[in-house]
Amino acid sequence: MYVAVKGGERAIENAHAWLAEERRGDATVTELSVVQIREQLSLAVNRVMAEGSLYDPDLAALAIKQARGDLIEAIFLIRAYRTTLPRFGSSEPVDTGSMECDRRISATFKDLPGGQILGPTFDYTHRLLDFKLAADGEVTEAPTRATSATPVPHVTDFLNREGLIEEAPHDDTEPPDLTREPLEMPANRALRLQALTRSDEGFTLGLAYSTQRGYARNHAFVGELRIGAVAVEMDIPELGFSIDIGEVTLTECETVNQFKGSKTEPPQFTRGYGLVFGQSERKAISMALVDRALRWEELGEDNVGAPAQDTEFVLYHADNIQATGFLEHIKLPHYVDFQSELELVRKLRREAGADQVREAAE
Amino acid sequence: MDAQTLGGGFTDPAIQSARAFRSVMEAMARPGTICNIAGAEPPAPLSRAAGSVLLTLCDADTPVYLASDTDTADVRAWLAFHTGAPVTGPSHAMFAVGTWQALLPLSAYQIGTSEYPDRSATLIVESDKLAGGATLSGPGIKDTSGLNLPDLVAFQTNRRMFPLGLDFIFTSGERLAALPRSTEVC
Amino acid sequence: MTDYNFAYLDEQTKRMIRRAILKGLAIPGYQVPFASREMPMPYGWGTGGVQVSAAVLTPEDTFKVIDQGADDTTNAVSIRSFFERTAGVETTTDTSAASVIQTRHRIPEEPLKEDQILVYQVPIPEPLRFLEPRESETRKMHSLEEYGLMHVKLYEDISRHGHIATSYAYPVKVEGRYVMDPSPIPKFDNPKLGDMAAIQLFGAGREQRIYALPPYTQVVSLDFEDHPFEASKADQVCGLCGAEDSYLDEVIIDDAGGRLFCCSDTDYCLGRRNAGHQGSSLPGNEVAA
Repeated sequence: MYVAVKGGERAIENAHAWLAEERRGDATVTELSVVQIREQLSLAVNRVMAEGSLYDPDLAALAIKQARGDLIEAIFLIRAYRTTLPRFGSSEPVDTGSMECDRRISATFKDLPGGQILGPTFDYTHRLLDFKLAADGEVTEAPTRATSATPVPHVTDFLNREGLIEEAPHDDTEPPDLTREPLEMPANRALRLQALTRSDEGFTLGLAYSTQRGYARNHAFVGELRIGAVAVEMDIPELGFSIDIGEVTLTECETVNQFKGSKTEPPQFTRGYGLVFGQSERKAISMALVDRALRWEELGEDNVGAPAQDTEFVLYHADNIQATGFLEHIKLPHYVDFQSELELVRKLRREAGADQVREAAE
Repeated sequence: MDAQTLGGGFTDPAIQSARAFRSVMEAMARPGTICNIAGAEPPAPLSRAAGSVLLTLCDADTPVYLASDTDTADVRAWLAFHTGAPVTGPSHAMFAVGTWQALLPLSAYQIGTSEYPDRSATLIVESDKLAGGATLSGPGIKDTSGLNLPDLVAFQTNRRMFPLGLDFIFTSGERLAALPRSTEVC
Repeated sequence: MTDYNFAYLDEQTKRMIRRAILKGLAIPGYQVPFASREMPMPYGWGTGGVQVSAAVLTPEDTFKVIDQGADDTTNAVSIRSFFERTAGVETTTDTSAASVIQTRHRIPEEPLKEDQILVYQVPIPEPLRFLEPRESETRKMHSLEEYGLMHVKLYEDISRHGHIATSYAYPVKVEGRYVMDPSPIPKFDNPKLGDMAAIQLFGAGREQRIYALPPYTQVVSLDFEDHPFEASKADQVCGLCGAEDSYLDEVIIDDAGGRLFCCSDTDYCLGRRNAGHQGSSLPGNEVAA
């Protein structure tokens, strides 16, 4: 006798209990605290904040713990939490020009006002496994120096003074918000940048890389990459002025790209822009390259049919929460649709078989 | 702000707006069907039904046009306090409220675009009587249904623009009915 | 879950969804864009249907969730328990007792009534998507009623296979205007879409679209004069309840490839068995091989 599968509810509960046990791992090993994750896996925390679109290192660390280190799962937890938060208002645009830079490098000038600050980077580490870390994590204190109080100027401002780079005029238009409005084409640059800053790092990296290899190549130089804390200010209408409500660490990348010129305009460099929560420089550089590639139309360039030039393709596929949900949904039962296909294929095969028999007889 | 401004909203917004929406949805899905709707106590001259529709559907994202005598300081203050909806002229309104005469001409409102016909206004028409009158047919109606309409030609013209057009909610006291652009009227 | 609002979503989000539903009802078959929210379940797992259900549910409702026609599939169980916790609504598996039914991939066998609402989970709402991947293009095609490409595709099937090779998510035309994706229901269910007494609402979360069919709307499955639409199913009867008119699942029951056909609509099947109907695979009867 056939008994239909029942007890979905109990199966789900049991699966969740098992999952919790697996997340904890060997109970004789000390449990990882959220603070430890926040402090010692900070680049993972940064990625979760960036792609989760929520600046909260503690919640991001909690999400990483809950997700067993699966960062996309952690981003999903943060996104789902984020949508339930009431919106009190919008901050003033942050001023990255007054950033307290932990890191600031330019690939376009050997030296420049504000100096080159390497900061805490993997760049020149030799990628040799450090077996000392397996034993203990004691570190010697890094040398320090007093920070300078003067703001570090943007490299593109130097170029702009000579008119060598396209103007980036000040614009107070309220940017669209894809978390509150359905995504609509054509997407302006502000909307594209919002989509890119929360896009999947791997997807954006791949697209950016493809532009370097010739799929809409735009000859990017890292004009400047800077990482550091900026103040967040919010206008309080009741007070009549804006107040400092905290600070966030950001990574900003400005690329200086292939120049363009026309009969009316002398040649000048163009810009690509990346701005991401936390220390996320791979993502910020990738974002700047893809931003630049997507600007082909406004800069009067040819559409060479490269993936990174295709706004609709990039924006509709860059979100890893949408992508992973839809990809993984094919695990769900589809047996009704499969059954209808099965009937159809059987029918077509039956008819094809009958045709062959008929042909053989003829 | 006085008591009238602060009062007259939903006392239990999540639940009351859920019930009110079901009435509006039922009315819009079944043109000519008269449904009860309650919860709001708006300032005069708004009916409770019109007030409840506004509380259920309007917020800071929906510009509202207050036609003629509905545009009072009390109504403005009440709408602002309970919904945050900006008051606007007919050409930018997502919702408009008033008597039929006050709402005219219909050409003043957005009817949507061929790619986005949904970007069109919904008119809340304060009415004396809902039952009877015109014969309606189309989606949502099994054979025919009836509704008291202030005009026939205007709704026939609106129907001919389908999928563009305006959608109407008729309110009277604590009752409402609706006429979407898809309905044939005679 | 008392930290969350009734039916989980905040009021502003519900208002936005409710406005989209009303426009969807006013323009049957047209896909209304809406700012779908991130839900606590993955995109592709019913977030559109869940948001639509959350926007229409009242505390007085009785809610039923089916996936593949069954109430006990894991995702149906998961969505049902989500609303039990966040909206405190009564739930049921009895089709006739439900006021709101959320479904994935099926329309219940029992005809729905006027006081019911059917909410579909939709993965890809755009019927033209597999012919033209660009939203900007398909939106234009709908606005111009340019549906020739769809007919060409269906006709190519006929010339290659002798039949239209679409067996689920079979496109329909609504009130002679919009071509609509009925969600991945088997084409067996297509005839139920038109002239239905209940309100039908379609939610696609990831793709940010809501569309609707008011009751008694004219819905026609696309076809050709010489190849009329045919609602097909397995040429079998239900092994459990003996139903001849219901959509059937095919279940493999032993290593030798023995198969059982049984109703995909579990409530319909149980109702028939409770009424005394018996299939050949019930105890005491022979197992179909």
